[in-house]
Amino acid sequence: MALLDIEGLSVRFQTSSGLFAAVEDVDIRVDRGEVWSIVGESGSGKSVSMLATMGLLPWTAQVTADRMEFDGRDLQQLSARERRRIVGGEMSMIFQEPMTSLNPCFTVGTQIDEMIKQHKGGNRKERHERALDLLAQVGIPDPARRIKAYPHQLSGGMSQRVMIAMAISCDPRLLIADEPTTALDVTIQAQILELLLKLQEETGMALILITHDMGVVAETARNVIVQYAGRQVEKQAVKSLFASPRHPYTEALLSALPERASGQDRLPTIPGVVPGQHDRPTGCLFNPRCQYVTEHCREVAPVASPGDPARTLCHYPLGSPGDATTPDDVSPGDLPPAPSDSDASQSEVRP
Amino acid sequence: MVREAALTAASRPRVTSQTSNMLRFLLVKLAQLVPTFIGVTIVAFAFIRLLPGDPILLMAGERGISAARYAELQAQFGFDRPLVVQYWDFLKGLLQGDLGDSLVTHSPVTGEFFSRFPATLELSLFALAFAVIIGLPAGVLAATRRGKLLDHTVVGVSLTGYSMPIFWWGLLLIMFFSGTLGWTPVSGRISFMYFIDSVTGFMTIDTLLAGNWDAFLSALHHLVLPSIVLGTIPLAVIARQTRSSMLEVLGEDYVRTARAKGLSNFRVIMVHTLRNALISVVTVIGLQVGLLLAGAILTETIFSWPGIGKWMIDAISRRDYPSVQGGLVLIAFIVMIVNLLVDVAYGVINPRIRH
Ligand SMILES: Nc1ncnc2c1ncn2[C@@H]1O[C@H](COP(=O)(O)OP(=O)(O)OP(=O)(O)O)[C@@H](O)[C@H]1O
Ligand code: SF4
Ligand SMILES: [Mg+2]
Repeated sequence: MALLDIEGLSVRFQTSSGLFAAVEDVDIRVDRGEVWSIVGESGSGKSVSMLATMGLLPWTAQVTADRMEFDGRDLQQLSARERRRIVGGEMSMIFQEPMTSLNPCFTVGTQIDEMIKQHKGGNRKERHERALDLLAQVGIPDPARRIKAYPHQLSGGMSQRVMIAMAISCDPRLLIADEPTTALDVTIQAQILELLLKLQEETGMALILITHDMGVVAETARNVIVQYAGRQVEKQAVKSLFASPRHPYTEALLSALPERASGQDRLPTIPGVVPGQHDRPTGCLFNPRCQYVTEHCREVAPVASPGDPARTLCHYPLGSPGDATTPDDVSPGDLPPAPSDSDASQSEVRP
Repeated sequence: MVREAALTAASRPRVTSQTSNMLRFLLVKLAQLVPTFIGVTIVAFAFIRLLPGDPILLMAGERGISAARYAELQAQFGFDRPLVVQYWDFLKGLLQGDLGDSLVTHSPVTGEFFSRFPATLELSLFALAFAVIIGLPAGVLAATRRGKLLDHTVVGVSLTGYSMPIFWWGLLLIMFFSGTLGWTPVSGRISFMYFIDSVTGFMTIDTLLAGNWDAFLSALHHLVLPSIVLGTIPLAVIARQTRSSMLEVLGEDYVRTARAKGLSNFRVIMVHTLRNALISVVTVIGLQVGLLLAGAILTETIFSWPGIGKWMIDAISRRDYPSVQGGLVLIAFIVMIVNLLVDVAYGVINPRIRH
């Protein structure tokens, strides 16, 4: 049984101009201790799909899924109260903007304490000790002083460390990090990623890292989901994804990596942007930007082939030239889970 | 144990530095008030003199007055001197806490003012309490039920309340509750059956000090309708401000963080959202104090409430220069002090200002 098992997740927003499908038919299956990455440009629906998993979307969002389980428990069937026990306790999340993610009215200590109190209990002194330990664990110097600081007294990197301390305070089994380094300085970015990986190894928790940077994927994750315009277009182990991307979008993302673009004056970028609510094309959503586009792509939306472990959402997956799948011979059925490297290190859980 | 001792020792110097920060903050604010206050004295001094009408002629009334007697009285009150000199005298007296004597009663203006002020303050406090107790929860509920019936109701009612003409609204309530239903008294602070020694000037407190429970209830009874009338506009303003700042804060990242922590909905709203929304609500409540004192003038007239509002109206109609200019300056002074206290409260609930 997977730790997080999501199939056919769709999120629609009520907007003034009708329903907008921000996420459609996304599958995510994460086992204990695995490190996954979700990658895609801005507007791909990465945040929305994870916020849906956490139950954090505003009321304008309609969330549907064929399956949505955490540790065997159906998240859709749980009462709000039962779900809150999982959210924050067993599954926690950190966000893109650390500076605005902490409540400006309360000290760092209060905000960590509140979380521990909610899920673990314990008396004030125990919780205080725990908070100090956590701050030390995430590499904050002088925890005894920092614990009394207000968020506006912290730098972005420090705030993100506090967010991480808070997120791991109740020993979650899954941590979702939504572009945790995007808002930070380059030098700090590497430190925060390193910290997340170190904590993942020490605690054995599973980690889902959302990013739009293929470089980050290469350095951190073992498995990766590529999303485009709310759709999951490909899912592979990182190694094989880098070696042989199946979806043209993945290929384009990879060729935009600095190390792959050597010899060129400028980094190749994918022309155009992710289509939003009003400019979604017919057929394949990537077709206006795809270098392999055909007439067929513009008319018919591709469906993943059942025989394809990467579940590539393309009529003409790369690496298998010639055997394009047509919508007719596809029945969206059960598939073996995505390839996942078995060597996901499951080191001992910290006492 | 050791760590705790170290912590208290370490936190001590921080407390003193916070106190001195607050003191400096207060002094700066006070210094900023000086020019405003001087402006107020000029306006107060000029206002009553710009109104047509002459206090001495008004005092003389129908009988009229001889030119010689008129000049004599002018000299007695000092009205024959240049305006600048008169203003300078006013300012000098003010600095010594002396606002002169009323032309009508010949007793000191400060005494007249402060003997009536508790009545106004009591009414204003009850009105404000009414506005906050109803307005704050209404705003919070509306924000959490955004777009639902309750939200529309709160928005609609507060819009109406906001533009309510106080005089008309007061008369309407009197006609209905005092007239048709006979539930509430029409005027005054307490039933004429009771004689209560004035200790604090607050009828509710004085009746309790006298141990007279029935009189206390009568005082409350008399407060109900005027408080509602005076509190209506602040209620509308507070409800609207609470709703809009709650909605703003609900969209903040840190509220999402609070939800991501698995906290109860109640805690997310009442602790994480309301606490931040209050920062702007407190400012608005502070701004209401000036409006309350202004509104009190009308309300007191409607309900024959013996406060400074009624006193000021009388003084204006008699062109009682010292009473009007002194009263205005005192009211402005009180509003400034309240706004200063609001600034302090703002600093207390908003750590970004405090540090
Ligand atoms: N509350 C909302 N109401 C309507 N549309 C929304 C809402 N939240 C997100 N969206 C839309 O859903 C789409 C996906 O947004 P999402 O935030 O998941 O993108 P993302 O992949 O996380 O991008 P980024 O890299 O910018 O964080 C976007 O087009 C966005 O405009
Ligand atoms: S379906 Fe066509 S347009 Fe879409 S990614 Fe594949 S080749 Fe490109
Ligand atoms: Mg995002």
